[in-house]
Amino acid sequence: MTATLDLAPLLPELLLAAATLGLIVLGAIRERRDGAAIVTPLAVAALVVAAAAALALDKTPTVLLGGHFRFDAFAAILKALVLLATAASLLLIASYQEDERIDRFEFPLLALCSALGMSLMVSAESLLGLYMALELQSLPLYVMAAFQRDQLRSTEAGLKYFVLGALASGMLLYGCSLVYGFTGTLSFARLAEAFGPGAAGGMPIGAVVGLVFVIAGLAFKLAAVPFHMWTPDVYEGAPTSVTAFLAAAPKLAALGLALRVLMGPFADWAAQWQQVIVLVSAASMVLGALAGLVQTNIKRLLAYSGIANVGFALVGVAAGTAEGVEAALVYMLIYLVMTLGTFGIVLTMRRQGTYVETIAELAGLSQRRPLLAAAIAVFMFSLAGIPPLAGFFGKYFVFLAAVKAGLVWLAILGVLASVVAAYYYLRIVKLVYFDPAAEPFDELPAPGLRLVTTLSAAFVLGFVVIPGPVFAAAKLAAAALVPAALGR
Amino acid sequence: MAAVPLGHYLTLAATLFTIGVFGIFLNRKNVIVILMSVELILLAVNINFVAFSVALGDLAGQVFAMFILTVAAAEAAIGLAIVVVYFRNRGSIEVEDINLMRG
Repeated sequence: MTATLDLAPLLPELLLAAATLGLIVLGAIRERRDGAAIVTPLAVAALVVAAAAALALDKTPTVLLGGHFRFDAFAAILKALVLLATAASLLLIASYQEDERIDRFEFPLLALCSALGMSLMVSAESLLGLYMALELQSLPLYVMAAFQRDQLRSTEAGLKYFVLGALASGMLLYGCSLVYGFTGTLSFARLAEAFGPGAAGGMPIGAVVGLVFVIAGLAFKLAAVPFHMWTPDVYEGAPTSVTAFLAAAPKLAALGLALRVLMGPFADWAAQWQQVIVLVSAASMVLGALAGLVQTNIKRLLAYSGIANVGFALVGVAAGTAEGVEAALVYMLIYLVMTLGTFGIVLTMRRQGTYVETIAELAGLSQRRPLLAAAIAVFMFSLAGIPPLAGFFGKYFVFLAAVKAGLVWLAILGVLASVVAAYYYLRIVKLVYFDPAAEPFDELPAPGLRLVTTLSAAFVLGFVVIPGPVFAAAKLAAAALVPAALGR
Repeated sequence: MAAVPLGHYLTLAATLFTIGVFGIFLNRKNVIVILMSVELILLAVNINFVAFSVALGDLAGQVFAMFILTVAAAEAAIGLAIVVVYFRNRGSIEVEDINLMRG
């Protein structure tokens, strides 16, 4: 290790940390007058600048901070996506926060802290880096879920999220301690050596048990079955703005972290973790598809939809190939955009000053708000995986990767699950277009919300025309992650 | 250090970890017990880390344990804060009363 310390690859994180600290002071000074109104745009600006910095940096793989932090093309691309998604969520939810009188300046600050954690997650290069980043991402989210602190529903959601989140962190840590104990190192690079092709004797059984615990902890953060119990309750109970936040960027960051762990140090032991991921993926797809059928609350429905979609993304991970990683990343990106768009619609469901959450409230929307109805149709068809919308391509490439890796039955199960799930997406389209109209929604003067929803719809519609940049970015990211392990 | 073999520490940690996990799921009394169970889990992990660290002659495990202690403090602070706002709304912290939403 040299004496000089080059912190350039840490630029996005340093920017975010500095912005958070500066905005705390600014928010405290301006709290009485216009705290949130001034902190939110600045937080969005900081996130966008940090994302641009991540993309602009030299993407040669670099390890720093004593081997706990790695910057490469995978990290850069995922950082940019996660930070942009956070910024988009903040824009999306501003009008809801104001209406529900939870537009306090602390909210964007918590979002910034969480974004910093997510940014570190996709750069984790040791078990310690993994744990600290994950906690930095999770702790603000617990607070955000309970943010509407005079509402029982919100505080109950926060409490449930906290308890189960802490349990998941505990399991992840127990796994980390076993992996550390049986291999003698925390660093991913040295774990990869210890498990590499030249290693004698194979993976110690203690490390296998540890790996399973680590996967369990990560599955919780991804909301994959059997660690999904918190998802519907937290999605339903938390203020819709927080649900929109939870459903987007943190999922992508968790997938990035899972890929870092599985395709990094444990890549040579794919056989050990593949079965676990296959099971988790299959169970998530099936449960998400079936349990979604009976939901009446749109946030609960989106929770089950999220569980199913994580299952689909994990199909790509289960393939364990560069192609699978690429497909999983593309899938998660498309899902992220669809989620932001769908929540953009849920956040407009306000009637006479109160927000409503029942799916039936959408009935006959097309008669009064044709554009909004068209946007719902686009997102629902895309979530259902109907060509030529973006959602179809996401599903196509994960299933293709699975088939090429010999997991034909998993791909077939995935297709069946997506057929079942199509029912609940198409039911919403039917409600919107063919049912007698309910009372009209309020017109919302919400420029941020409109902007994000419109951009998401444009992405979903336009993906078929210009898919190039997304695939190129995913290929670059996958190439940076995988050759270290599977390049031979 | 040779006095107590590594296996004993690991057994102790595994036992504490299991008690912690069961404390979360089987507990029907109140939320404070759940918070205590969470702490128990984290401390079990710390025993693991320190024991491995000494057995391996590698300091990283003890450093990790210090980080866990710090994060556990932050986590406990957030947990208690959420329990307090919950209590203000519900007037109770019985686990059975946390039932507004199914699941």
